[in-house]
Amino acid sequence: MIPRRNKGERRERREGASESRARLRDQYNGWLHHHRLSAADSLSRVLESPVASVLTWLVIGIALALPVGLDVALENFGRLGAQWESPAQISLFLQEEVSTDVATELAGGLATRADIAATRFISREEALEEFRTLSGFGDVLDSLDSNPLPHLILVSPADEAGAAALRQNLEGLPEVSEALLDMEWLQRLESLMVLSRRLVQAVGGLLVLGVVLILGNTIRLAIENRREEIVVVKLIGGSNAFVRRPFLYTGLWYGVGGGVFAAALVALSLWFLQQPVGELAALYDTDFRLEGLGVMGGLNLVILGGMLGLAGAWLAVARHLVRIEPH
Amino acid sequence: MISFERVSKRYSEGHDALREVSFAINRDELVFLTGHSGAGKSTLLRLIMLMERPSRGQVSVDGKNLATVGSRGIPQHRRNIGVVFQNHQLLFDRPVFDNVALPLVIAGYDQRDVGRRVRAALDKVGLLDRERAMPVSLSGGEQQRVGIARAVVAKPKILLADEPTGNLDPSLSAEIMQLFEEFNQVGVTVLIASHDLALISRLRHRIITLDQGRLIAGGAS
Repeated sequence: MIPRRNKGERRERREGASESRARLRDQYNGWLHHHRLSAADSLSRVLESPVASVLTWLVIGIALALPVGLDVALENFGRLGAQWESPAQISLFLQEEVSTDVATELAGGLATRADIAATRFISREEALEEFRTLSGFGDVLDSLDSNPLPHLILVSPADEAGAAALRQNLEGLPEVSEALLDMEWLQRLESLMVLSRRLVQAVGGLLVLGVVLILGNTIRLAIENRREEIVVVKLIGGSNAFVRRPFLYTGLWYGVGGGVFAAALVALSLWFLQQPVGELAALYDTDFRLEGLGVMGGLNLVILGGMLGLAGAWLAVARHLVRIEPH
Repeated sequence: MISFERVSKRYSEGHDALREVSFAINRDELVFLTGHSGAGKSTLLRLIMLMERPSRGQVSVDGKNLATVGSRGIPQHRRNIGVVFQNHQLLFDRPVFDNVALPLVIAGYDQRDVGRRVRAALDKVGLLDRERAMPVSLSGGEQQRVGIARAVVAKPKILLADEPTGNLDPSLSAEIMQLFEEFNQVGVTVLIASHDLALISRLRHRIITLDQGRLIAGGAS
């Protein structure tokens, strides 16, 4: 405020009102301007020492990429599992002497039962052919005199909960030599997946905490480097928010950069794995492909990085700025 | 404009920096504050800027009891006071213009306003042609004048100076004092802490003298 003298008091008051409105708008503009200024200034400071900044970004990127990469791997594994996780299936291996006609009839008969949704008959010849093409043991099979495989009926239970009882019931049939319920290993796989997810979450939590601490430390150093400036700014009336602002932006830039690096690292490792996975999938006769983060996932990672950066900066600022005199 | 009523300041280590100091400085006055080092000059200035709080007594600035100013109000309070430091406290990583503009940026002035006011302040201290210079390239006297430009750029009602001529030779010191007198003539209350008695006694302004925390002369205006 400029000290105004030799003016009528009333006039001063009226002018004061319109001036304070103008000042409010000015202050808002000034505030916006300082945000832009802080953001740009912080970014240019980060870019001023590219080697140190890239190292920081890499550290954050790796720390974020590890849990995210593991999560992506689990997602893919889960997708692969889902192809098998279709309702439990009971494999009925028939007695050696059962003929193809009887077996076909049995399959048709079973399909009409209320507790069975569907059946699929695989004759021993079909099974042998399939085994020959998939296993690569063709030569060995050719040298055999007779087909060692039995007829097979795949039974899909109508109700998954009753599958175990159904298996027992089916095993009692005279034509059946063995009934297998392929569920136990699925259950094991599922609990293994749950355990892995938990592990990834725990590791992810620790690494996220690590990222916040790394950023907090980086910002602490930035604060130490600019201690003199902070003192001057405080002495000439800079509010705590004003002093804080550039450091919060510094944290944001480090975090966002780290997020970008993390997304790039995840994409890079997927690209690195894509070819062998493709070959493996071809061997198993599926067209399974690794699925990456996608644009949204990458964007989320960058946003997460930015938020962690802000959090780390806030932590450092809250702890270290208050210690700098004057208050 | 500034008034101290029986103000004492004891630091936590038990040292009494000020004892029962009372005085009042009127609007438009220029007052010198003198005394040996350790007499309490800096403490007195720090109390006005709310860098310290008094142990006892009351400090008022511009009619406001500073005890009522909470920590959130401190930045606003400081924006009404221009301060010139002995060691300039310039920021050496940015040019003269940005240094002088700092109080305006802090107070959220409009961009066009900032340029206009910064140039006016630099013109006033005779450094208009050095606005793009870096502070290191300036002489001690020029640096101090940049400090003064920064202190007055937001047109504060009060100007405080802590040993503003501490490192300057006598002719430069006289020039700096002349500047303070000019600001005083346009209505700014000026309080200058200085131990350069030879200089300040020539200038015919009130002199407040502190000795071991006590006010021994110049209390009445």
